Amino acid sequence: MSNKVSRRQFLSYTLMGVGGFMASGMLMPMVRFAIDPVLQQSGGGDFIPTSQKVDDLTEIPVRVDFTIKDRKDAWYYSDVSNTAWVYKNGDTIIALSPVCKHLGCTVNWGGDETHPDQFFCPCHAGRYMKNGDNVKGTPPTGPLDEYEVKVEGGLLYIGKTVSNTLV
Amino acid sequence: MLNKIYDWVDERLDITPIWRDIADHEVPEHVNPAHHFSAFIYCFGGLTFFVTVIQILSGMFLTMYYTPDIENAWKSVYYLQNEVAFGEIVRGMHHWGASLVIVMMFLHTLRVFFTGSYKKPRELNWVVGVLIFAVMLGLGFTGYLLPWDMKAVFATKVGIEIAASVPFIGESIKVLLAGDTTILGAQTLTRFFAIHVFFLPAALLGLLAAHFIMIRKQGISGPL
Repeated sequence: MSNKVSRRQFLSYTLMGVGGFMASGMLMPMVRFAIDPVLQQSGGGDFIPTSQKVDDLTEIPVRVDFTIKDRKDAWYYSDVSNTAWVYKNGDTIIALSPVCKHLGCTVNWGGDETHPDQFFCPCHAGRYMKNGDNVKGTPPTGPLDEYEVKVEGGLLYIGKTVSNTLV
Repeated sequence: MLNKIYDWVDERLDITPIWRDIADHEVPEHVNPAHHFSAFIYCFGGLTFFVTVIQILSGMFLTMYYTPDIENAWKSVYYLQNEVAFGEIVRGMHHWGASLVIVMMFLHTLRVFFTGSYKKPRELNWVVGVLIFAVMLGLGFTGYLLPWDMKAVFATKVGIEIAASVPFIGESIKVLLAGDTTILGAQTLTRFFAIHVFFLPAALLGLLAAHFIMIRKQGISGPL
């Protein structure tokens, strides 16, 4: 193998180089345009007020509905209602996301008559303990997510979801 | 690595003759700008195709955000242009490319006309070329409405009135295009979107294939 670059090789490398440069110049903006949602910073983290009085909370989870006002979905703005299962664990307030970790259905507290003190997902009979831990042998692969919470003026505020810290 | 993959496929499917047939074709001296620089006029057809490819690609990407609905069309265009990375560039490619296609196609037509390349035996290819011209104008017309701004709506209003002035069938063409006898609205937009994105591009690809097969079969016309 000689080190000389033949005329044919030189031409083909230059043409491929220039052609590749031009093609990437054309495709790069389009690919970046397409993958933009993947690279968008997920905004939010604002605490949303609920009508739930903190004093009324007990050790038994209650369903708390709250509404995200004017949520921005690209060019579409709308109010989106959301749910949390909230209870007191001693003095700390726990708010669990109702989104099943199996395939994203919505879980209920005591939804299964044979397990009144567990969260139950009606889609595939997934079950979770009160702290959100998934019951082994049921479909979910992880514990329920937790919401960040804060209290202001005796009312419960719900923030963004974080992975379960109790399990 | 790539060579090995190629050899593996080639050994089984014998693909070399396929691309050889496509790549190896005569480029006569009188159409080669390296010999006579004035032969660059023979590039306009290829340039038209190149811009068409850009139009198809950028259009495909634009539909990831665009919404053909009178409530959301303008908002989605505004969003993709101002809030999505490179949105201005991608929409710009499609917007300016649309005009450039017409310009290139016109120059290509002039070249074919003044070199007499449309003469026997190439009359059919001229006819197909004129059909491509019509499809391109149709793409330009239908695409113009899609941003759903004032300019788009009123331009389409005028365009549809022009279509309605056709004797006898004008009124039917108008209703067919607008989707309603009086309103230029929701149905007009969805129709124009479907025509712009599915019907005309399909027709265009078919006609382009015919155009290219014919030029390959007949060869490039002789020198002046």
